[in-house]
Amino acid sequence: MRSAVITFPGSNCDRDMDVALKKFGFKNKMVWHQDVELPKSDLVVLPGGFSYGDYLRCGSMASKSKIMQSVINFANSGGLVMGICNGFQILVETGLVPGVLLRNKYLEFICKNVFVKISDKDSAYFKNIKNDVLELHIAHNEGNYFCTNDQLKEIEDNAQVAINYCNNEGKIEKSFNPNGSIKNIAGIFNKEKNVLGMMPHPERMIDSSLSGEDGSLFFKNLINNIK
Amino acid sequence: MIVNEKIAIDHGLKKDEYKKICELLKRTPNMTELGIFSAMWNEHCSYKSSRLHLKKLPTKGKQVIQGPGENAGVIDIGDNDAIVFKIESHNHPSFIEPYQGAATGVGGIMRDVFTMGARPIANLNSIHFGSSQHKKTKNLLRGVVHGIGGYGNCMGVPTIAGQTSFDSSYNGNILVNAMTLGLVKKDKIFYSKAAGLNKPVIYVGSKTGRDGIHGASMASASFDDKIEEKKPTVQVGDPFTEKLLLEACLELMEGDSIIAIQDMGAAGLTSSSIEMASKGNLGIEINLNKVPCRETKMTPYEIMLSESQERMLIVLENGKEEQAKKIFDKWNLDFAVIGKTTKSKKIELFFDSEKVADIPVNTLVENSPMYDRKWKKAKLPKKNKINKDDINNLKIIQVLKKILANPNICSKEWIWQQYDHTVMGDTIQKPGGDSGVVRVHGSNKAVAASVDSSAVYCWAHPLTGGKQVVCESFRNLVSVGAKPIAITNCLNFGSPENEENMGEFVECVQGIGEASSYLKFPVVSGNVSFYNQTKDQGIKPTPSIGGVGLINDYTKMITMDFKEVDNVVLVIGKTEGHIDQSLFARVILDEKNGPPPEINLFNEKNNGETVLKLIDSNFIKSAHDISLGGIITAVSKMCIKGNKGINLKKPKYLISEIEYFFAEDQGRYIVEISKKDQKKVIDILNKNAVHYDDLGTINENMLFLNEKTKVTIDELKGFNTKWLKEYMRN
Repeated sequence: MRSAVITFPGSNCDRDMDVALKKFGFKNKMVWHQDVELPKSDLVVLPGGFSYGDYLRCGSMASKSKIMQSVINFANSGGLVMGICNGFQILVETGLVPGVLLRNKYLEFICKNVFVKISDKDSAYFKNIKNDVLELHIAHNEGNYFCTNDQLKEIEDNAQVAINYCNNEGKIEKSFNPNGSIKNIAGIFNKEKNVLGMMPHPERMIDSSLSGEDGSLFFKNLINNIK
Repeated sequence: MIVNEKIAIDHGLKKDEYKKICELLKRTPNMTELGIFSAMWNEHCSYKSSRLHLKKLPTKGKQVIQGPGENAGVIDIGDNDAIVFKIESHNHPSFIEPYQGAATGVGGIMRDVFTMGARPIANLNSIHFGSSQHKKTKNLLRGVVHGIGGYGNCMGVPTIAGQTSFDSSYNGNILVNAMTLGLVKKDKIFYSKAAGLNKPVIYVGSKTGRDGIHGASMASASFDDKIEEKKPTVQVGDPFTEKLLLEACLELMEGDSIIAIQDMGAAGLTSSSIEMASKGNLGIEINLNKVPCRETKMTPYEIMLSESQERMLIVLENGKEEQAKKIFDKWNLDFAVIGKTTKSKKIELFFDSEKVADIPVNTLVENSPMYDRKWKKAKLPKKNKINKDDINNLKIIQVLKKILANPNICSKEWIWQQYDHTVMGDTIQKPGGDSGVVRVHGSNKAVAASVDSSAVYCWAHPLTGGKQVVCESFRNLVSVGAKPIAITNCLNFGSPENEENMGEFVECVQGIGEASSYLKFPVVSGNVSFYNQTKDQGIKPTPSIGGVGLINDYTKMITMDFKEVDNVVLVIGKTEGHIDQSLFARVILDEKNGPPPEINLFNEKNNGETVLKLIDSNFIKSAHDISLGGIITAVSKMCIKGNKGINLKKPKYLISEIEYFFAEDQGRYIVEISKKDQKKVIDILNKNAVHYDDLGTINENMLFLNEKTKVTIDELKGFNTKWLKEYMRN
């Protein structure tokens, strides 16, 4: 399976994602933001970091960079595009997924393990995954997902919510929400569910020596679904 | 403007220093030249009060590749891998403007590391604030934490450990010490020594602005009432540009075009160009019109003294300019050939076709002032007035709760959760443990690092305090299973012109030297920050020690959380009941007199090495060094982290329970072992003449001493975790 990770100036989880994808069997290529064409890929990943410093709205500069037109075309033709953290912020800026990401409640960067409940197992990303709850890691300043009531209704009607913050038993409550996101949303799909944006970093949870191994479950399942 | 003595004094130079400049030049300097002298001769850059004493520190060792004198120290960790590391202060700017001060401190230390060719793999910090009751503390703490996070998070370098303390002596002068570790191949280390004639001198990175002019001079003076007016001397950080600069420099370093490279830190273009020339015994000629400027009409004086961040100076091989420029173009960074190396051994600056400075390099470096400052030996600590009968009536659990909630003991989660500590995917021990640990990417090795200081001990008896900090650093590395290799130090003191403060410095340095020499734990880099002083009030002497150690097989790393019910818990090292200068004495008894605990270097080394042996033989399930708050505080933290309890028993010593549990004797660890290994472990301890106490066994969820003296771990956790979060969010 072939994957591509886009490096924007200021990306800093691009190497980590490369390591993770290769570990689980992807043939991964790194793609520079000024390239025009994507290599042949089964999966395109927009990694975490601070693209262009995020001095403007997070992800807004990156969403306009050269390579993004190809990424958008790839997504619109049904290709799998996954945005993690800053990648999620870039996706909302392109409009590939609805909503926006505001600054965290308390206006503080948060780096810690969280639990997320998989809300929809219909997509290539979560189909066949055994667990309902994953322990993943977050590290962000702007992960407070927000959208209008109309958008929320549409998202829910289309089952576009991918994962919600919860406790270890899968209970979705305000007290388990680290950043104030609407309805505890941690990740969402586009309507067709080939595009996934999420705040948690599965690539940081791929080894028992790290924060945990639920990221491994995610990647193993993902590559099996694509095969 | 014609330079005179008054202008020189306004630049922070002393009368005789100005006289010496005129003698060396055999003429009066012009403004630009005076600015250059003032930047090179201030305390921050010249180490004029400390050099004499720093020479006494042990700096060599089997694994030391580069000691003090370069951008950072370098140690050998085998397999052609080396670790580059250093700690540096950014105290003065952080008090004036906490966010930018702290952020640029982090940015500066990372540049010191990647200048040497190393990719930064971990950041640490040691931050000290005034009393939590002081009106400025909360905002300073918030600003500093946001600044450290803002820079480090954006760079994508994990912040893996740190230390935070509160003490009223920092009310007017906070401390922000930042440390970075980088990983480099031993045969790809870059140095700042220029070589060869007519080699192009290249400026890369951000443009030069008017920020930070006289930053280093500001950091070489005490504060007064008007300190807020110094805000323009604080640099402004741009972590995004630094990330680009990091990637561009490392890309250029893959080739062989760089002769020498040096970051522009304190005193900017001035110190970087002069250091490169001085080390190479060469001259440098710079055309200041070629320096990329952010603002219009910048004068030579401003260009030379700006401390704009994210800039580097490179001496390149001839003919490699185009190839190098391509890399910096790709990363959207400025690249300008601004001069060349010469045989003149002078720094010669040109602006608008005129020569605006002409100074022999040696006058700025070798001839810079060095002072043998007067210093007073520290007074012997006063006797305390602790009444043993009174303290024995105290209720242990009540005392424990107070201590766990004390600002200097409580959980610092609110701080380190704002630092990305897992990016790069190799952090195997997060903040909150004895040391942070990161794997050497793609190998079985891991590097542990910790940063420590014990200002109260140093204040009570500088010599002992100096030794203690080094020992504590040693213990923190041992506790995670790392073999201690070397240290970096950040020496934060008051004014060297005050004999008592200078005495504190001299004796702390002596203590650091004695301990690091005995423990074979040499000093490979560091920095001195004097004048942490507002008017006559100096801070408590606060040397911060950053220790680095190696774990050969990262699967053998130890954490401090208790692992399994019914396992046996031992105290390694002897408890004599030293209460003086303990947190218990200060917080519970309000007693500030008495000596700090004594350091027995033989025991430190022997106990530490024996614990490492036990770890290597897989006997240790968890470990934690005993420091502030004594045995019961250490054991409580192990319970809280592991969500387990303990049935404690006090050995039959002559000292009371209170003394046993809260004393701060040194050289001690708490370790968890399984019952089946107990005999073997005790044999090893006996064979190595290491004292131990049987402290009890692990239970489900209760700290239990007897029917009346018990508490659930959840309750202790509440006391330990609430304070800081509530303090900051209310």
